[in-house]
Amino acid sequence: MEYLTPNFTKEMLKTHTILIPDMAPIQFSLLKAAMESEGYHVELLHNAGNEAAKLGLKYVHNDTCYPALLIIGQFLDALQSGKYDLDRTALLITQTGGGCRASNYIKLLRKALVKAGYGNIPVVSLNTSHLEAGSSMPLSMRFIKKVIAAIEYGDEICSLRNQIKPYEVNTGETEQKTTEWIETISSWIHAKKNINPLMMKKKFLEIAGDFAKIPKQKKDCTKVGIVGEIYVKFSPLGNNHLLEFLEQEGCEVNLPGLMGFIEYCIANYGIDFHLYGGNSFVAKGADLLLGWLDNIGKAMNKAMNTFGFYAPGSFHDLMQKPDGILHLGAKMGEGWLLTAEMVELIEGGYTNIVCAQPFGCLPNHIAGKGVIKKIREKFPDANITPIDYDPSATKVNQENRIKLMLAIADET
Amino acid sequence: MRAGLDIGSTTIKCVILDDHDNILFQKYERHYSHIVEKTEEMIRKMIVSFCGDRQVYFAISGSAGMGIASMCEIPFVQEVYADRVAANRLNPDTDCIIELGGEDAKILFLSNGMEVRMNGSCAGGTGAFIDQMSTLLKMDASELDKRALQANRTYTIASRCGVFAKSDIQPLINQGASTSDIAASIYQAVVNQTIAGLAQGRSIQGNILYLGGPLTFSQCLRKSFDKTLHVTGICPENSLYYVALGAAYYADQTCSMKDILSRMNNRNTGNGYAFLDPLFNNRDEYWKFHLRHAKARVPRVPFTDETGKVHIGIDSGSTTIKMAVIDENGSLLFTDYRPNDGKPLDIVRKTFLKLYEDHPHMQIATVTTTGYGEELMKNAFHGDYGIVETEAHFLAAKHFLPDVDFIIDIGGQDMKCFKIEDGAISDIFLNEACSSGCGSFLQTFAEALGSNVEDFAMQGLFAKQPVDLGSRCTVFMNSSVKQAQKDGATVDCISAGLSISIVKNALYKVIRTNSVESLGKNIVVQGGTFYNEAVLRAFEKEMGIHVIRPDIAGLMGAYGAALYGREHPLSQNSTFLSKEEMENFSHQVQNIQCKGCGNHCQLTINLFADGKRFISGNRCEKPVTGKAKDNTLNLYAYKRGLLEKYMNDSCAEDRVNIGIPLCLNMYELLPFWQTLFSSLGFHVVTSPFSSRKLYQKGQGTIPSDTACFPAKLSHGHIHDLYEKKVDYIFYPCMTYNVDEGKGENHYNCPVVAYYPEVLADNCEELSSLPLIYDYVSIDDPKVFTKKFTAILLKYFPYLKKKEIQSSIENAYAQYASHMQKIRERAAWIIDESRKQNKHTIILAGRPYHIDPEINHGIDELIIRQGASVITEDSISHTVGKFNTSVLNQWTYHSRLYAAAKYCTLHEDTDLVQLVSFGCGLDAITTDETREILQEGNKLYTQLKIDEITNTGAANIRLRSLFAALAAKKEEMNHGVSDA
Repeated sequence: MEYLTPNFTKEMLKTHTILIPDMAPIQFSLLKAAMESEGYHVELLHNAGNEAAKLGLKYVHNDTCYPALLIIGQFLDALQSGKYDLDRTALLITQTGGGCRASNYIKLLRKALVKAGYGNIPVVSLNTSHLEAGSSMPLSMRFIKKVIAAIEYGDEICSLRNQIKPYEVNTGETEQKTTEWIETISSWIHAKKNINPLMMKKKFLEIAGDFAKIPKQKKDCTKVGIVGEIYVKFSPLGNNHLLEFLEQEGCEVNLPGLMGFIEYCIANYGIDFHLYGGNSFVAKGADLLLGWLDNIGKAMNKAMNTFGFYAPGSFHDLMQKPDGILHLGAKMGEGWLLTAEMVELIEGGYTNIVCAQPFGCLPNHIAGKGVIKKIREKFPDANITPIDYDPSATKVNQENRIKLMLAIADET
Repeated sequence: MRAGLDIGSTTIKCVILDDHDNILFQKYERHYSHIVEKTEEMIRKMIVSFCGDRQVYFAISGSAGMGIASMCEIPFVQEVYADRVAANRLNPDTDCIIELGGEDAKILFLSNGMEVRMNGSCAGGTGAFIDQMSTLLKMDASELDKRALQANRTYTIASRCGVFAKSDIQPLINQGASTSDIAASIYQAVVNQTIAGLAQGRSIQGNILYLGGPLTFSQCLRKSFDKTLHVTGICPENSLYYVALGAAYYADQTCSMKDILSRMNNRNTGNGYAFLDPLFNNRDEYWKFHLRHAKARVPRVPFTDETGKVHIGIDSGSTTIKMAVIDENGSLLFTDYRPNDGKPLDIVRKTFLKLYEDHPHMQIATVTTTGYGEELMKNAFHGDYGIVETEAHFLAAKHFLPDVDFIIDIGGQDMKCFKIEDGAISDIFLNEACSSGCGSFLQTFAEALGSNVEDFAMQGLFAKQPVDLGSRCTVFMNSSVKQAQKDGATVDCISAGLSISIVKNALYKVIRTNSVESLGKNIVVQGGTFYNEAVLRAFEKEMGIHVIRPDIAGLMGAYGAALYGREHPLSQNSTFLSKEEMENFSHQVQNIQCKGCGNHCQLTINLFADGKRFISGNRCEKPVTGKAKDNTLNLYAYKRGLLEKYMNDSCAEDRVNIGIPLCLNMYELLPFWQTLFSSLGFHVVTSPFSSRKLYQKGQGTIPSDTACFPAKLSHGHIHDLYEKKVDYIFYPCMTYNVDEGKGENHYNCPVVAYYPEVLADNCEELSSLPLIYDYVSIDDPKVFTKKFTAILLKYFPYLKKKEIQSSIENAYAQYASHMQKIRERAAWIIDESRKQNKHTIILAGRPYHIDPEINHGIDELIIRQGASVITEDSISHTVGKFNTSVLNQWTYHSRLYAAAKYCTLHEDTDLVQLVSFGCGLDAITTDETREILQEGNKLYTQLKIDEITNTGAANIRLRSLFAALAAKKEEMNHGVSDA
């Protein structure tokens, strides 16, 4: 049996409000700007709380991963809120098309919509794998460029914010600066300004320089990295406000950027070709695109380094990190990227790591919990704690384990 | 002066030290969830006895201490860390600490690279589990330990978590296994759980320290650890107080206890926890509700000498015994409902002796038994009929409300729900292991709080803010309770929250419903748990409907059984034991291991006074009838036979030995790889079919306790090959499976695809034994040949390309013929079943589900029910590609959908889906399979399997399926004759 909801048509672009579940707050507010600049009405969902999870549990198989339960619950909660004209509302969801359960979210969403009586709401798929041909987001070159700019800028601001916030002298100054820059960059995106690589390289410096002006105090903060399943890693709703919690505990947090995941998805085309053959044209194209993106990333890292901030190496460097721990062929879910980010964090001095995953996350049996032993063999200082997130998992248990990690961290 | 306070999930501990770190005062108490009050009390005691106004170095630790610490503005020390601080001071030469608490298990490696581990969320509740089990066995913790020390043997008990373990223990109790043996098995399960969950590839050796309540109180538990780990650990003096001591040592700020008290008094009892709507807003609402339900009564008549013939139903459940006596009109004469205390036979005997005494003229027409203990009861007391409990419940509900269209039964251990259409069961929902024990959880929880279940439930009725405890399982609920307590939830709110959780579990996990319409109009709720008005109310509130709860809700199984006897009158007298026979009745229990075949089932034999015996625990009829099992119509057995031809136990001296572990996708690809390597002149050695012994050999290297059992087993297979001294192990990573053209893609699941990576990174054995685990895809022979040639040459440069090419050709040919054989055999079985007028069951799973340790003999269970068994991959090729509501992108699952489709096209075929616990993909596939089947008017049966060896639940599900099929057939025949 198929659960069909209307396809998202071009006409709807003008008439419908597109609801997007918030994942990475900074990057997503810039993405919102990118979509609005193309004439779409977009709204990021911030409705949180119990109600979302409850609706998720009600309409989605309870053993499905937590992100699916939350996102679908959040959509349903929004539709029920009465805030939106249900004849003019669409929902956007991303799809990677990988071998993980996540590729099924859109199907689960449709099913839940039909069952909850919202069968008339179109669902838009944002993917690059030719899935959902009739109902996917039209991707023009111009739009893609804006999206890339939004994510790159977002990653930079996010990283800068996290590196300054714990040390700021004047409370609130970093958040203030972050908000200002989000507004500025949003206006650039609307004006199609500063979104080509050349201009971005300049602006990366300007941004880093501006953040560097925030007065900091000398302070010993525990350096903690967060890796994990993409949604739970970024979304405060998904990870019980992990970033906030860690900062309250006096930590400096490193949250590797969102662009890494996109580059990882692109890189997998090339790796797949290398392993199993196939279309060499696609592989070469992916390789070129990756090189182009990596150049932007490198410029950003350089800009941050210039002002004394920490920045990771290039994406091509990142691809070397899992060597001897996990093969690059492991490409489901966050796959080898998760391992690569852990190694990169450790080498960068963020030896304490929270590996956040939904309860029962299949790829993380492999690339998360499965590699910790090996990583510790290579890096005996690594202090990694896997934390499960789930509607039924308790915050007290999660925080207790994180506190244990911090106690160990403070000692070494 | 120093002081430390350790507030754990069940107990509170404190120590006071003088300036030379001598212990002045120590106290260990259960807090019965009154955390804040108990803490206050403890601090008061500390003031009175020692501290007074003095400034004291003070810190708080423990999982429940976090909130209190911030409330009184006292430094908090994480408890595992505190353990370490204490051990460093008191036992500096310790290598490893094992600490078990009420909620969490911890292992600390102190030497050679410090590492600390706490259990994952799914494996919580160690101490709580032991508590629950001793409640179940009606003894206190020290008696449990004493008994365990006298044990002769241990049973295999699932060790994933407390809920799973209980599923294995309950039937042992009911089969009459000795309590000593059960007690010892409980401790062994705790040991296995701790090692499998926390060792994670690091060996536990050297000087071991045992800490925490369970390890302090139980000598048997310590011995079990010693034995399993081959160490002699010590349980030091003050082993209960290490966390508190660590906190005291660690404390670097002074404070006055009196200040802390005043801070606690000024606290705002903030309701920081997530809460739900109250069950009742006021008394009025409650009375209306109460009176409405009081009306649902089964007619009763007095039991007199004139009553005439009576029909008796005995429902021997997992935790309770229920009896109902009815007259020829179906009116109730007598009922009895009591816990079975682990001695169901004695209890039934006593009840009957009383009945015979009170009613000397009682004329028993029929006695029908049902429930888990159905067969035992029937055999012991010579009952006339035995029926599966689902049927009994259905009969009772139908009798009570003829137009019932939905029945929900929540008992102590299980939940059963049925949808009724046209007077027959059209769908059955039974809980899986994770949801089990919900009903009795309420009881054990109440008892742990020093209350009884009735009072405890009543408290919840008017709770203002019921706690939201989630609905995953009782282990998670238990830990949610802890969190809520930390946030200041009161007992009434917890009580209400628990009732709501149980209902949500039934609705959203078992029935998977989201609308009232899908349930029906006339809903009957029954089972002992519904006596609890809070649960009943929670159910009505959650669904927004009124339901009917018969006044004998807990007795419906027994009532239904009695009704069955009434509907099936005997032509002769009942064979049930007479008064005299009952008086002389006695029984003995023996436990032996069956030697009939390689399964080595643990048999429990009940010997009765009349010389009859009853055997349970058997997977086949051999120990009962002496006849060998007949697996002619069992494709699972046939597939195992096929694989055996490729298996080889020992190395060859003169050749390079390649080991292939028989795990996950190897159950399908062994013919391929074995042929490939053999053709190249290698000697291929394989690991055997799995066994519990093999599993335990590998359990210490499992990094993720929530992975599926089939994946966890592979660690044992690696160990087996290591012991066989092979030269290489070959187990490739495979992102892609073969493409059979049924879906949008042809992936493997992440675990099947990449588990070799986990083995490579975690198995000690592989540090000296090379594992070849390159990434390959056999989907396209041309590409594979090219890529795999390069891989082989990397390891074996002397091989010739031509040789490799022809070996690969052989491999493909062998694989094709292997699959062909399976298909042909299936066709033969289907044909043969039709000739013999047998039903065919597609026991649908993945290739690895043919392993006897993974499927626990469910294939043979179906054969014993008189049906034949085929597999999903044997008929999936007969179905073309079709649209599914989910993204159809995994090869094994595409076969499953196709098998479901096939099933809808054949009247004499039904599908039973095997689902391994932790299989994330099956959260997607089960709903889809159910829908495909429902569209074709077929029943859907899911059997969730894991380590749990108890097949009692599976048996009930299967019998229910066959009973429902029979009823459906009867209904159809009626339909035909009516027309």
